[in-house]
Amino acid sequence: MNAPLATRRTFLSTVAGAGALLMVRPAKATPESMKQAIRTIVGEANVKPGRIKLELPPLVENGNTVAMSVSVQSPMTAKDHVKAIHVVTEKNPQPNVISVKLGPRAGKAEISTRIRLADTQTVIALCEMSDGSFWSDKVDVIITLGACLEDPV
Amino acid sequence: MAARTLINVPQKAKRGEIVEIKTLISHTMETGFRHDNVGKPIPRDIITSFVCTYNGETIFEAALYQAIAANPFITFHTVATESGTIAFKWTGDNGFSQEASAKITVE
Repeated sequence: MNAPLATRRTFLSTVAGAGALLMVRPAKATPESMKQAIRTIVGEANVKPGRIKLELPPLVENGNTVAMSVSVQSPMTAKDHVKAIHVVTEKNPQPNVISVKLGPRAGKAEISTRIRLADTQTVIALCEMSDGSFWSDKVDVIITLGACLEDPV
Repeated sequence: MAARTLINVPQKAKRGEIVEIKTLISHTMETGFRHDNVGKPIPRDIITSFVCTYNGETIFEAALYQAIAANPFITFHTVATESGTIAFKWTGDNGFSQEASAKITVE
């Protein structure tokens, strides 16, 4: 009597597991597409954590406007400066958020803007230095109400 | 299709001082991922590029994507090198183009 029950239980859990796997949402940047976006930005270079600081609120009520700021520790001289800053997301329909080109004229590698976040996810900021090295920082953000998916009013 | 812009540049600065520039432009930044009330997709209409020049020399460039919130607000920094004009230009889908400028006096 016990054996058939156990089989049924196993069967049900397998079905439930398969169902969960099938519930992948379409038109969303998956971590793979984020990885690919990062690859496109950095090429074959090695990305190290550090030097760059991405600031985002850890808990966001409305994903339609999220204040974000990115800063990089750099003297911003002609010899040693930040060439570019990129921000990518894991689960937005499209991974890229912003790509900024800077130079020694910037004085300070610090930008801020307002972004859209579709879902609870990880946001990654990358910076390219004048010596060709890449640095990154990531922040996990919890979103209560996601952007992009609501119907317009 | 004029969009309203709001620019914040300090009027005066000391030579070599790092000044903060804040820019805001009115734009819906329609992502192209949404549907209207009859289920028809709303076409993408975003600003794709923002360029800032200081007396003709490009000091800041940004490529914007759908993940930038409506009414793009961008702040950045520059070194006040000489008196002159700081010009801003936004370009985007459907031939969108908007320019603005601000004067800065460096002493």
